[in-house]
Amino acid sequence: MADSLQTDRRSFLQVLAVVGGGVMFGIHARDAEAGELEPGAAPFAPNAFIRITSDNRITLIAKNPEEGQGVKQSLPMIICEELDADWSQITVEQALSDESKYGRQFAGGSLSTPMNYDNHRRLGAAARAMLVAAAAKTWNVPVGELTTVRAQVSHNASGRRATYGQLAATAATMPAPDLATVALKDPRTFRLLGKRVPGVDNRKIVTGKPLFGIDVVVPGMLHAVFEKSPVFGATVVSANLATIRRQPGVKHAFIVDGVGTALDGLMPGVAIVADTWYNAKTAREKLQVKWAEHPTAKQSTEWFAQTAKELSAKPADRVVRKDGDVDAAFAAATKVVEAEYFYPFISHATLEPQNCTAHFKDGKLEIWAPTQMPQPGRELVSRTMGIAPQDITIHLTRIGGGFGRRLKNDYMVEAAWIAREAGAPVKLLWTREDDMRHGHYRPAGFHFLKGAVDASGKIVAWKNRVVVEPYMRLGEFPGRYIANYLLETSTLAHGVPTGALRAPGSNGIAFAIQSFIDELAHAADKDPLQFRLDLLTPAMPPVQGDAFNAERMRGVLELVREKSGWGTRTPAKGHGLGVAFHFSHQGYFAEVVEASVGARGEVKVHRVWVAGDVGSQITNLSGAENQCQGSCIDGVSAALGQEITITDGRAVQGNFDSYPLLRMARAFPVEVHFKITDNPPTGMGEPALPPVIPALCNAIFAATGKRIRSLPIGDQLGYQNS
Amino acid sequence: MPISLTINGKPTTVDVPPEMPLLWVLRDVLNLKGTKYGCGISQCGACTVHLAGAPVRSCGIPISAASGMSITTIEGLSATGSHPVQKAWEQLDVAQCGYCQAGQIMTAVSLLRNKKNPTDADIDAAMQNICRCGTYNRIRDAIRLAARSAPAGATPARAPGDDLTGEE
Repeated sequence: MADSLQTDRRSFLQVLAVVGGGVMFGIHARDAEAGELEPGAAPFAPNAFIRITSDNRITLIAKNPEEGQGVKQSLPMIICEELDADWSQITVEQALSDESKYGRQFAGGSLSTPMNYDNHRRLGAAARAMLVAAAAKTWNVPVGELTTVRAQVSHNASGRRATYGQLAATAATMPAPDLATVALKDPRTFRLLGKRVPGVDNRKIVTGKPLFGIDVVVPGMLHAVFEKSPVFGATVVSANLATIRRQPGVKHAFIVDGVGTALDGLMPGVAIVADTWYNAKTAREKLQVKWAEHPTAKQSTEWFAQTAKELSAKPADRVVRKDGDVDAAFAAATKVVEAEYFYPFISHATLEPQNCTAHFKDGKLEIWAPTQMPQPGRELVSRTMGIAPQDITIHLTRIGGGFGRRLKNDYMVEAAWIAREAGAPVKLLWTREDDMRHGHYRPAGFHFLKGAVDASGKIVAWKNRVVVEPYMRLGEFPGRYIANYLLETSTLAHGVPTGALRAPGSNGIAFAIQSFIDELAHAADKDPLQFRLDLLTPAMPPVQGDAFNAERMRGVLELVREKSGWGTRTPAKGHGLGVAFHFSHQGYFAEVVEASVGARGEVKVHRVWVAGDVGSQITNLSGAENQCQGSCIDGVSAALGQEITITDGRAVQGNFDSYPLLRMARAFPVEVHFKITDNPPTGMGEPALPPVIPALCNAIFAATGKRIRSLPIGDQLGYQNS
Repeated sequence: MPISLTINGKPTTVDVPPEMPLLWVLRDVLNLKGTKYGCGISQCGACTVHLAGAPVRSCGIPISAASGMSITTIEGLSATGSHPVQKAWEQLDVAQCGYCQAGQIMTAVSLLRNKKNPTDADIDAAMQNICRCGTYNRIRDAIRLAARSAPAGATPARAPGDDLTGEE
């Protein structure tokens, strides 16, 4: 999953081509769609994304799920820019899941911007061209004499003006321009993109309007809880269903046998359906289930560590990359450093627990889901329940935090199954404990690292053995930048469900790599930031599967050096500065953390500087800055205290009392700076996260001389950090 | 058992089990969906409402304990977003996913009622709600903006239990 989302340049271009094709289909299907979307009310609907009524109301469709990453705002803004309407004139409507109309619809891999930026510009520009053509025809003047602004076409020579609404009916009769060749604005004339524009749902959020999956109400709806085995994937032997059925408000209680696997199927469990969620949950307190034996019950956090250590001493399963001769280089080196790095399973802990509402009626299924991946959800429900995909309607609700958890649709297939069994609309809501103990966790990882520097302080050898579920790729940094290099992996098969969590792979790899680079910088007695710039010089040509461009990374390192005052400013007594960089999701980020450790061992982050390069254009600056700030808070929160430990094949932590999330008192200012470069615009949901964790750990080292090699930091400094 | 209480200024009677948490009465009986479930153990604060004028975690309050009392939810702060704290939240584009923000706003309103110009330490102490997206910088800025933008006395310092309804 994560690999398929970490799109390289080549497949990225292929994806764009596919999406472009989808959009063309939308253009050709315009008549049917206009009628379907808003009967009789929108005379001009040039494609599936734009509707303009005669009273100049402009509706733009937000195609992708909104999980807090801001795409319900930023994607329509791109259309609006080229359409030449004012943002205040726009109504944004969330699309249904319908890939025949909208192309691929998902929230993952920070791909909404790179996959849609260009085609959304073209959609807006095509509509504008048809409106201008309508004015030219109406007034019998050349197109070249017409200008547009604020959804109005003007002919300055004659003083004639018409709103888009007034032109809508005529515009609908104009030939649709070829999207591939339609004229686009010079970005220097943009009026909207790059500005800070508040989110389209803000008013509803601050007034408490129902927006999220958990808020869905369907007439006659019942409420469900679903108990699964604490040992991942164990089946039900028996349950005291008769007792449960006698509890107040309970309408149904039944066993679900399960279909497929934990990672992509319907898990076994016991469903309780009641008139209220409170009654379902209260009845569950009386539930007694006998679970079948399961092999995962033999696994534990200690077993992982011991097995990983054993595997590290055996030959690797896979050599990802090998350059030169590391053993000879180690033998000849001035200084050799060895270190073991570890990062744990962590939970997505979306604040809105997993939930879904489903209604099965007359062979058809209607679903309301906070999902990042509606189409795979439809396919999962279809094959699990034997319902044709076209008989499944999926409404996309706002998502109370995704972070990759809702790339999986386990809650969706559970709700659909339970609703069909119950014969009524059902809202399934997981408890927080269900959510934390039935995650698709960020995979834990072990890195066994060995590096060497020569007398001049240059890294001459690097060996990295990665154990558990490595996402390591051929182009993973610092591959190609060190002459003697070995990256190899051992896979530790286990039964804990894992999945993509915000900047998958990168969120752990960056910690190990950028911390170990810091160790080598200190071994070489070099400034850690300059050491990194030197390592990135000269830039190597890109390899297949990794577009990493060292010049862009040097650009953000230079920027963060300047903005943080690195090397020119003496931090306060006891404070340390740490730096790290990482390339993921096509984004280049370098970050500096200023931190101190108190007398009792408490970590305090004083400030973070972020320098990012995501190409030539920021769509919504407010959203982009918010993503950077949130990514840094998220990373530090995980680094300080978050860990899912496994005992007897089950997740130990169940709620925020044992799985701490950072709160206001430990929050810190985050300064965000973007370096605008002549590259295609890319996404902001993930790439700012990975560097902050090693930058923090490097800052702790600078402040205290203590090297953090295992996450979370927890009590390693003598104080329970969280 | 019928229990009477005042919700957003409206006298209301509900017939539910006395142990049923206030959160679930608000959400599933009275259909006020603005108050959110996040943890069920008074940890995250997504369910914060005002009970007799004070911020409480409604997931941990049995409805029987709220009998006869006055409750304000996010819907009761103002239906149109005209409260200075709501306006500040909107203006500074605080939300990412938005799920926690009703609870954050209710806590901030309470803080500003007690301290017209809260210090950073006051904000740290009062704002114990979790934001999973990490919007704390903007929450802090929005509290400061609301404090500045409310003319003296406009951010209501009213008697506990008196924070009824409508436009503030």
